[in-house]
Amino acid sequence: MSSQDIPEENLPAEHAGQPGAVSVADEKDPFADPGLPPHEHRIQDIDEQAAKRSERTVALLFTLSMLATVGFIAAFVAIPHDRSIFVFPIGHVSALNFALGLTLGAALFCIGAGAVHWARTLMSDAEIADERHPIEASPEVREKVHADFKQGAKESVLGRRKLIRNTMFGALTLVPLSGVVLLRDLGPLPESKLRHTLWKNGTLLVNMNTNEPLRPSDVAVGSLTFAKPEGLEEHDEEFQTEIAKAALMIVRIQPDNIKDRRELEWSHEGIVAYSKICTHVGCPISLYEQQTHHVLCPCHQSTFDLSDGARVIFGPAGHALPQLRIGVSDEGYLQALGDFAEPVGPAFWERG
Amino acid sequence: MKKLSARRRHPLAAVVVLLFALAATGGLYAAFAPAGKAQADETAQSLTIEEGKRLYSVGCASCHGTGGQGSSDGPSLVGVGAAAVDFQVGTGRMPAATSQGAQVPKKKNIYTQAEIDQLAAYIASLGAGPEVPTKAQYGPEGADIAKGGDLFRTNCAQCHNFTGKGGALTKGKFAPNLEGVDPKHIYEAMQTGPQNMPSFPDTTLSEKNKKDIIAYLDAVNSSDTENPGGLSLGGLGPVSEGLFAWIFGLGALVAVAVWVAARTAKAKRS
Repeated sequence: MSSQDIPEENLPAEHAGQPGAVSVADEKDPFADPGLPPHEHRIQDIDEQAAKRSERTVALLFTLSMLATVGFIAAFVAIPHDRSIFVFPIGHVSALNFALGLTLGAALFCIGAGAVHWARTLMSDAEIADERHPIEASPEVREKVHADFKQGAKESVLGRRKLIRNTMFGALTLVPLSGVVLLRDLGPLPESKLRHTLWKNGTLLVNMNTNEPLRPSDVAVGSLTFAKPEGLEEHDEEFQTEIAKAALMIVRIQPDNIKDRRELEWSHEGIVAYSKICTHVGCPISLYEQQTHHVLCPCHQSTFDLSDGARVIFGPAGHALPQLRIGVSDEGYLQALGDFAEPVGPAFWERG
Repeated sequence: MKKLSARRRHPLAAVVVLLFALAATGGLYAAFAPAGKAQADETAQSLTIEEGKRLYSVGCASCHGTGGQGSSDGPSLVGVGAAAVDFQVGTGRMPAATSQGAQVPKKKNIYTQAEIDQLAAYIASLGAGPEVPTKAQYGPEGADIAKGGDLFRTNCAQCHNFTGKGGALTKGKFAPNLEGVDPKHIYEAMQTGPQNMPSFPDTTLSEKNKKDIIAYLDAVNSSDTENPGGLSLGGLGPVSEGLFAWIFGLGALVAVAVWVAARTAKAKRS
């Protein structure tokens, strides 16, 4: 639709008619208002044929959008979710995903493209200048508003009937309290929930992989094992809540290499059990390097030294990882000798 | 008889008699000494160890000590087992060019499998350790891929990414990409814990568990893996996906906006 398409006589003159007054800069007024440039017409404004073409284009785009939506629904109904097709250059892709994305994308794009074409070619494009006005109201208007307010106050008898006035103020003051009281449902406070886990004296350490209790001989030096408290099963309703606090990683370090005295006391022949929950914001943390005994948190790179009481050696974590004191039961299985000494996971308001 | 007797002074007669005598001795030995077979096997085994020791003193002893006792440049190899040797040498990590640097990377293996077996036999003779797994242990037959995925996410994904694409560790160390790694080497790595990787011995991660994990990796990483999302963008998750959306998604929108605004709707004589 270039300008070549339209008949010569329909084109506007090169600089036809100057709209609005334009002053020319001279000695008296060196910064004269140049005014707006002359309005230029679009092909569609002059040539009804071109306008018709534009209308048809916009209608076509909207119709395509409708068809794409119908296609979306048809694809959703007809294509099985496990069919895979090859699409260049994406490669193998689920046919359903591809069809849904393509049709929904086309439906939205065609609405947008139609609207843009409509606005650019057919909606009025006349430039309109809106003059600025002072914000202040005129003195007469202000006078009248003051008078009206005074009259209203007098007619409402608010000044004379003090009982009404005071009770009204009381009612208006109390109403927001309902909203304040509802905030109570943000609670109750967690009480001691964050301070206790399922571990207690005598709880066996159960291997997450085999679901069997661990023996000290199972845990080799340099190995990494994850454990959960005995009795907690994956299908339990509370599993996620409880494992989020009780998750445990078990490593074995040569007792000579353990620098922290309490860590050595709480270990069993170099087997140490630490909380798997980062003390920064609670990410599961188990990127264990068996030569350096460092554990790295993947979220914010907090690094803990498992050979030195899980001390923080890098990153934003504020506390060492809590250690679980372990021993061996009468049957020769690893067992906890109590709960963690401090709350696991990130700090909280009342942690102290 | 007379004919044979007539030739007894022939110059080659002595050679012929010697050959007969040798053949008779060999035949008799073979007939009467089958009990020595086990001993012969042991001899072959000790020959393998000898050969391994020779390879060891050329390629490994400068860092790991002449008897595998270790030095300031390399750890002791007593008790690491044949599996550790097969992994380290088979993936080209050993012999390492230097003991400096964050960690020893994978490179081209310069030993034949026979030589690796000899080295492994020598190291295994220094102290008992995990053996090289058999195909039945790491092969895909009878593996539970879903269980393998579960186990992989529990034990491995924290370092190696959820489909084994690898990831960063501290101070330049990294967990390598597991795509295309020989299943035998994956098995050995779990068993022996090379470099900073912790080990997952059979007592905590059973043989069947290891098989399941290897089958899972094969299912998500092989060439005929079906990826319902299309372009995997390296399988690195939201980082590469977000970058793609910012550059190509927003880039396309900007390009369309520029194209629309650059074309005037006004009619002009040209």
